Amino acid sequence: MRFLFKTDYEDDIRLFPHSGYIVSYGILLAFLAVAPFVLSSYLVSQLVFVCIYATVGVGLMILTGFTGQASLGHAAFLAIGAYTAAYLQQYNVPFPVYFLAGGLLTGVVGALVGFPALRLTGIYLVIATISFAFIVEEVLARWESVTHGNEGMRVKTLSLFGQAVPQNGPAFYFLCLGVLILTIIGTLNLLRSPTGRAFVAIRDSETAARSMGVNVSLYKVKSFAISAAITGLAGVLFAHKLSFISPEMFTLQLSIEFIIVILIGGTFSLHGAVLGAIFLVMIDPFLTYLKDDLPVIIAGIAATFGADSITAGKIHGNVAAIASANGLKGAIYGVIIVLFVLFEPLGLYGRWLKIKLFFQLFPLYKRATFKRQKIYVKSERNR
Amino acid sequence: MSYFRAENLSLHFGGLKAVDSVSFAVEKGEILSIIGPNGAGKSSIFNLISRIYPPTSGKIFFEDQDITEQPAYEIAGLGIARTFQNIELFENATMLSNLLVGRHRHSSTQLWQELLFLPSVRAGEKLHRRRVEQVIEFLDLEAYRDKLISGLPYGVRKVIELARALCSEPKLILLDEPSSGLNVEETGDMSFWIRDMKTELGITVLMVEHDMTLVNRVSDRVIALNYGRVLAMGSPSEVQRHPDVVAAYLGA
Amino acid sequence: MLDFVQQLVSGIALGCVYGLIALGFVLIYKATEVVNFAQGDLMMLGGFFAFTFIGMLGLNYWLGFAGAVIAMAAFGMLAERVVVRPILGYPQFSIIMATIGLGYFLRSVVGMIWGTDDFKIETPFSDGVLRIGSLVLAYDKLSVIAATIILCALLYLFFNRTTLGTAMRASSENMLAAYYMGIPVKRVVSIVWAIAAAVATAAGVLLAPITFIHSNVGLVLGLKAFPAAVLGGFGSIPGAVVGGVLIGVIESMAGFYLPQGWKDVAPYIVLLVVLLLKPEGLFGIHMRKKV
Repeated sequence: MRFLFKTDYEDDIRLFPHSGYIVSYGILLAFLAVAPFVLSSYLVSQLVFVCIYATVGVGLMILTGFTGQASLGHAAFLAIGAYTAAYLQQYNVPFPVYFLAGGLLTGVVGALVGFPALRLTGIYLVIATISFAFIVEEVLARWESVTHGNEGMRVKTLSLFGQAVPQNGPAFYFLCLGVLILTIIGTLNLLRSPTGRAFVAIRDSETAARSMGVNVSLYKVKSFAISAAITGLAGVLFAHKLSFISPEMFTLQLSIEFIIVILIGGTFSLHGAVLGAIFLVMIDPFLTYLKDDLPVIIAGIAATFGADSITAGKIHGNVAAIASANGLKGAIYGVIIVLFVLFEPLGLYGRWLKIKLFFQLFPLYKRATFKRQKIYVKSERNR
Repeated sequence: MSYFRAENLSLHFGGLKAVDSVSFAVEKGEILSIIGPNGAGKSSIFNLISRIYPPTSGKIFFEDQDITEQPAYEIAGLGIARTFQNIELFENATMLSNLLVGRHRHSSTQLWQELLFLPSVRAGEKLHRRRVEQVIEFLDLEAYRDKLISGLPYGVRKVIELARALCSEPKLILLDEPSSGLNVEETGDMSFWIRDMKTELGITVLMVEHDMTLVNRVSDRVIALNYGRVLAMGSPSEVQRHPDVVAAYLGA
Repeated sequence: MLDFVQQLVSGIALGCVYGLIALGFVLIYKATEVVNFAQGDLMMLGGFFAFTFIGMLGLNYWLGFAGAVIAMAAFGMLAERVVVRPILGYPQFSIIMATIGLGYFLRSVVGMIWGTDDFKIETPFSDGVLRIGSLVLAYDKLSVIAATIILCALLYLFFNRTTLGTAMRASSENMLAAYYMGIPVKRVVSIVWAIAAAVATAAGVLLAPITFIHSNVGLVLGLKAFPAAVLGGFGSIPGAVVGGVLIGVIESMAGFYLPQGWKDVAPYIVLLVVLLLKPEGLFGIHMRKKV
């Protein structure tokens, strides 16, 4: 176990508390740098989605994890970013301009959503954000002069400084990775500044925050705007990655997926957004694997345990039928969410911390360290 | 003109008069205690001053400025800090970040500067930290810097809440039952700190308190309330001998 | 004018279905402060149970109805035991997520078992119409309205007049105190889920003649019932039904009088406006934390 010997206030401010962090993040970065050249193009493509989802996750984390304002409307922010990109691209606006414009516009919309949300808490806020997302979805479908309605919009290949950046090439991957890393660094900076602390203060006690001079309304709106702006930036990348966007891609389902990202990752740390994104995006390859390989493997196992070829064939067929059943993904989502809420409330990052602590304290680790406190007394109605 | 003044302050909830036309003044540098039985309207007065409730009628002045209509978050900006009866700390944050929130009114950095963590932000953070460390030293809280509030015992939280209020470098501090839930030893410490706040830091103190030993030990003046009205005002011993106060406490 | 009344009645009928689902939300919320996002899916599952009993096994309509209600009450208890009870007392957000997960699971499993087609249940009210002058009212719609009024009245009386109802309200305010006062909190919560699932089933079966049932019907209607509950102030039984009827009528009127597209968003726009003006809903009580 490492003991930090702090000699300067700087020790509490810096992003990497000690050299171990620099080494491990350096290794991770090196791996990410060579990834597009060693992994299959499918996996690289999934990594791009991980970056985009993680960027949204970081944005949502600012709002939900740190400011304590739940939102089930982030798909709408993603859509606004994506449509801004698609629309401006038609007029040959260069990428850096419409990238920033997407973020800015979404941020402004986020602030506009933030104002009505000021007086709402808990479940009322959730339903208000859902309503907002529905309205955006409908506007996208009906405002045909701008969005082409349900026909959707084609997004041309990204071009940066006269160079084409195809959405399947390594350059696009690096772009998305860069955006993610910059977002994370910016967010970490924010969190160690007065604004970040004001967010956390609002999450934990609005009354106390106010009595300490925090303008709660202003900071809630700020949080909405920042969160939306980040999501909008991700939306621009999302549009390019898919090269085609239409209103039905930005439904409540997507908003729920974003919540799943931070829920599964762990809502108390930015690590959670990244881990959650990896988890969510990798469910698809996993399901494909289930469909293709699992029946063969299970039939093979059955055969080694003495099943004759007909039985093995039947098993193969049954497993294949289950694995490729329609809507299996939904069931798996459902089970995963429930299991995480029940057994891993701190998410994947929480699990990682527990494992780390277990080895650091080795025979002295006690499970109760991370036990959640049940509160039967406090009614959340009276917040 | 008095330093802090409440004029005919009233707070009505429907027919219930929680605070009924209360007037009092606090002089600069004094410790004024508000006493009274449960439900006398003591905490309500605090909530009116920090604008958690808008008063039904009446005015509040601080440093000759009418602050009755100020939004709640600007009250701290004027130099009035408070603690709460049932502790309102930021539970899922460390003590350090709790205290740094207390510095909020002194931070002036812009959002874009914070996103880039420019040198000005860094310098500001160090300055805040230095001030926070002074308060930590003042209240002997060195052991808890990186501890999460949710894991700390009640007595320590009570002190941390006081520390958070002090971090905002207030001119006037409102203490809502500073000794409730503390044992005898902790209450003793608290009374020393309250006196020191006055003598060393030059802070004016307005406090609501039930523990008469603490009230007698630290207060310059005492106001007794019952049913939202002022019963008596004066030195601690005068007020305690006042027939109405005795009646209110003994129910005669 | 005739058009207007026709639209009004079908709006009210649709609204009653929303109201019934919203009742489920409100019941569970009132007793446990849990917002059950899977309420619509419970309705959907109830509809499929009824379809199985009536359409596939050929039972009598009323028998099938009763069977579905009983089966779903049991299922509601099971869902509460498995998904909700372990996390009672944790932040609301966790519980919301758990019920969202439950909803996903139910939709997906129903889709796997019954398929993703539309199904229809034959009911005694399916075809008949009531004629008043030149006004034509379908029995299926009237039956929904009648059933909603009856159910709402029963539940209102139950909550406000019976000991069990009082126990439920007590445990929602403060579970620990309720427990110390001798209220079997766990059993109370379990019963509430059973009732909510039963009400949802009733909604599902009544709905079947109006719209078909399919695996996503719960999601679609649940998302309309949710604003209904919020509009009514989440926690008020009459409020839920009034909110549901409002949403239903708004939707039906917007579909008839406004250009295409307004039908689906109009309820949400109204909801946002109401929340802006009155953040606690039309019938909600504004509460604040004491410091």
